[in-house]
Amino acid sequence: MRITKDTVKYVADLARIELAEKEIDHFTGQLDRILEYVHKLKKLDTSNLEPTSHVLDMKNVYREDEVKASLPVSDVVKNTASKQDNLFKVKKIIEA
Amino acid sequence: MTYEPVIGLEVHLQLKTKTKVFCGCSTDFGAPPNTQTCPVCLGFPGSLPVLNRQALRLSAKVAIALNCRITKKVRFDRKNYFYPDLPKAYQISQFNQPLSQHGYLPVPAGGKEKRVKIRRVHLEEDTGKLFHQEDFSLIDFNRSGTPLLEIVTEPDIGSPEEAYSYLTALKSILEYIDVSDCNMEEGSLRCDANISIRRAGSKELGVKVEVKNMNSFKAVKIALEYERKRHMALIEDGQDVVQETRLYDSVKNITKSMRSKEETHDYRYFPEPDLSPFDFEASFLEGIKTEIPELPGPKKERFVADYDLSEYDSACLVSDKNMADYFEKAVSLYKKPKEIANWLMGDISAYIKEGDLTIKGLGLKVEHLTGMLKIIDRGVISGKIAKTLLVEMIQTGKDPDLLVRQKGLEQISDEGELVKRIEEVLAENAKIVNDFKSGKENAIMALVGKVMAKTKGKAHPKKLNEILRKKLAT
Amino acid sequence: MELNTLTAHELIKLLAKGDISPIDICNNIIEAIEKKDKGLNAIVRFDKKKALQRCRSLKEQDESKALWGIPIFIKDNICVRDEATTCSSRILEGFRPPYNATAVNRLVKEGAVLMGKTNMDEFAFGSSTETSCYGTSRNPWDLDRIPGGSSGGSAVCVAADEAVFALGSDTGGSIRQPASLCGVVGLKPTYGRVSRYGLIAFASSLDQIGPITKDVEDAALLLGVISGHDDMDSTSLDMPVPDYKTVIAQDLKGLKIGIPKEYFIEGIDPEVKKAVLDAIHRIEGMGAICEDVSLPHTEFAVGVYYLLATAEASSNLARFDGIQYGPRSSQAKGVIDTYRKTRKSGFGDEAKRRIILGTFALSSGYYDAYYSMALKVRTLIKKDFEACFRKYDAIITPTSPTPAFRIGERTEDPLTMYLSDIFTISANLAGIPGISVPCGFTKSNLPIGLQILGRPFEEVTILKIAYNYEQDTQWHRKKPDAIS
Repeated sequence: MRITKDTVKYVADLARIELAEKEIDHFTGQLDRILEYVHKLKKLDTSNLEPTSHVLDMKNVYREDEVKASLPVSDVVKNTASKQDNLFKVKKIIEA
Repeated sequence: MTYEPVIGLEVHLQLKTKTKVFCGCSTDFGAPPNTQTCPVCLGFPGSLPVLNRQALRLSAKVAIALNCRITKKVRFDRKNYFYPDLPKAYQISQFNQPLSQHGYLPVPAGGKEKRVKIRRVHLEEDTGKLFHQEDFSLIDFNRSGTPLLEIVTEPDIGSPEEAYSYLTALKSILEYIDVSDCNMEEGSLRCDANISIRRAGSKELGVKVEVKNMNSFKAVKIALEYERKRHMALIEDGQDVVQETRLYDSVKNITKSMRSKEETHDYRYFPEPDLSPFDFEASFLEGIKTEIPELPGPKKERFVADYDLSEYDSACLVSDKNMADYFEKAVSLYKKPKEIANWLMGDISAYIKEGDLTIKGLGLKVEHLTGMLKIIDRGVISGKIAKTLLVEMIQTGKDPDLLVRQKGLEQISDEGELVKRIEEVLAENAKIVNDFKSGKENAIMALVGKVMAKTKGKAHPKKLNEILRKKLAT
Repeated sequence: MELNTLTAHELIKLLAKGDISPIDICNNIIEAIEKKDKGLNAIVRFDKKKALQRCRSLKEQDESKALWGIPIFIKDNICVRDEATTCSSRILEGFRPPYNATAVNRLVKEGAVLMGKTNMDEFAFGSSTETSCYGTSRNPWDLDRIPGGSSGGSAVCVAADEAVFALGSDTGGSIRQPASLCGVVGLKPTYGRVSRYGLIAFASSLDQIGPITKDVEDAALLLGVISGHDDMDSTSLDMPVPDYKTVIAQDLKGLKIGIPKEYFIEGIDPEVKKAVLDAIHRIEGMGAICEDVSLPHTEFAVGVYYLLATAEASSNLARFDGIQYGPRSSQAKGVIDTYRKTRKSGFGDEAKRRIILGTFALSSGYYDAYYSMALKVRTLIKKDFEACFRKYDAIITPTSPTPAFRIGERTEDPLTMYLSDIFTISANLAGIPGISVPCGFTKSNLPIGLQILGRPFEEVTILKIAYNYEQDTQWHRKKPDAIS
């Protein structure tokens, strides 16, 4: 087994996605199969390799410290389901 | 069995750039909610970050001033977690290849100087602000994306007092290099602390407690002192210290457990794909080095050597760069550094403190101060009168010579005049004269006081004393 | 004449002559959509009044504007100001971005007429368009088959003449594979060639916006308009943009082309193999030199991709929580619960699967074994191409191992779906450009695509090869008759 139900539950929680029991079962099987496939990468010796996180050979991209126009506040809040005086409104932060 | 506290401090500093770290929104304080935001700092889908060069420069400046090793290839990483004030659900920060590491800050500790080791200095973005109400919270993203410098020490600080000294010394340097407003009350400087207790001399660390929510340097000292005592009490009672996060309560001066299940965050750091890496060219760093002024430590040493001031006096003067500059300008006009230092650290500092001002905001021209000192030297006024003159100069901004003339502050040195006033006082205060003559030496002070009152403080003190004693002797 | 069946470059000539107007083109498009889209489901947002209004508000014919009067459809993961942009996901229902993607700004600046949005796999997660919350699009060559994905909608509307051309996006083949399966041209530019600002991110180090068109000349035209450095994108390269359309007709004499043996493995459909080999011979006949080469780490590409792309996606999609935009769950007990429930109902299965897989690959204890390792294997794949391109100017492969498969055929087992991308994924991992052009049909009249890969920023070479081949064979002239 490359991944267990408990791990799937834990990871789904880390990703803040609520899953039903059935979904957890289903996903565990599918993910396990995918990870099994991915395991062929272990055949390779990667110990002396540099990771490629950026495929372009670019560096030192900046912008100058000059003020640009911000969005009109109406544009900022127009898509939200809940607001108050141009602030985004959310339910209480309840710690588990 | 003695125990010692082991303290580490994590300071978050808002950098003084005009715009945010990854977008062109203004960083001005106090704007109406969500009026200084754009798709980038709001984390709207499709938005991308572009690094503010000035933020990087200021960060490098701090790193150099704190004697850190600048990383050759600097990279940004994503720190992934969910919280309503974090719009992308990740913060662009630095983990693996931060801006700089392994520095130190010299801090006065127990009469000596200690180099508090700095683990790392790195650049990241600030979050939005949450306003908590009864049943809901409101979010303002104006602050989101402000450049934040994180300065982390090793667990190298040995006491709450030392923590306070560290913060003071740090603030002093930061003000010298002019990178931040450094204001804890306004939030441009924030501090979290870690504390544990261990047997004195041991190399192992005890259980660590994190303390948050302190909004002044003093609060940091109080909170850590409270924690130290709390840990000691637990240990002496045979109990274990629980690893947790506690919040400082500024009303009761205690710390309280956060009472929430401490989530061990798995931040899943990985290299930020939207930002290319940064390779510091030598010329870039050299350029920044030239912008760093003489820092407090070396400046203090120089004051001791060049101006023959005490360590204490020098340290006081250099703690504020503007004060140190003012001092040196004054010395260039009036070559008695000790005199100048006394006035700056005495009456002038008192005035500044009482009015919650700064040396710059005071508006006292250097030439006016030195002018006043020259007037004292000429004997035109006494040191005592000068205190009044100082206040007049500050409040009116006028030249001391002019004020002395306008207010008639010249000392009375004319012997004839003095003799007249002294004779009047002696005549009016026969009892005190008798007291003096019958052996009460101190009675002369009362007589001096009376002459001073009559002359509105302008009697030349030395001359007054000479003539009075002569008169009393007869 | 049905103007919707013409290419952009043909329409530009007619507009210049004054024979037609933008409204004429728009009307033909509207007719085609009204007739066909119910059966095809390629277009998710189209307001005909708005489209006509946009045509009317175009200023005078302006020859300096490269696309003046030409209508274009945009994949639904590319932001268009104040138009709903949903990535075919429920979680972005009703989201109207207050800004245009840079690529869209460039189109508008050149006088193109924005028509509407096309269907896609949810958040670009897929190779068939079946994960869309609007239901799959259908292949115009056989309505029981998928059009490919994730830019299925764009490929379908171009193939079915509901559009002149369209924009798509490509992270693991999402432009090239649907183009191949629908018998049209699709080009993925070099990473950094086209700005990603305004493209709702799937995998930030792999995504690119690109053209889906009826022929290679249109692809060259559209690529020229959207390419170029963007101050808003730190990963866009500051390199001059060639005038692509003027170089595509150059001949192929002396060009050296590599044919990687790893792409002609078992499992490839024999009709696909034959069509591609025939195409290679044809290209040799035009003066190019084709030789066998090896890209030895090809077999690892899908594994690397499904660790890296899902890891980046898990982070890019974490912002979708219903707070600033999108529908928000009302049953939650607090704000964190809001996230959990909103994401539960807002994301489809494939999105959830990929987010979990990606989060897992990055998580504490697994980072080194999965994510970090995948980054290193990516280096090997990149080096394979670098070595090859030292000797060869281009590489030719099939675009897809099979023609279009049936709707529902691969949805049970995600892994079989992932393996559809086997020939396209490596180009994204290495950041190199790739184009798919039609190269024949199966006996059951399903299109087959030829993929041409090139050196970074040498789109000119792959366009040249594609153009010469296309003009020689005219496959692109054949139109689907499943929907007439």
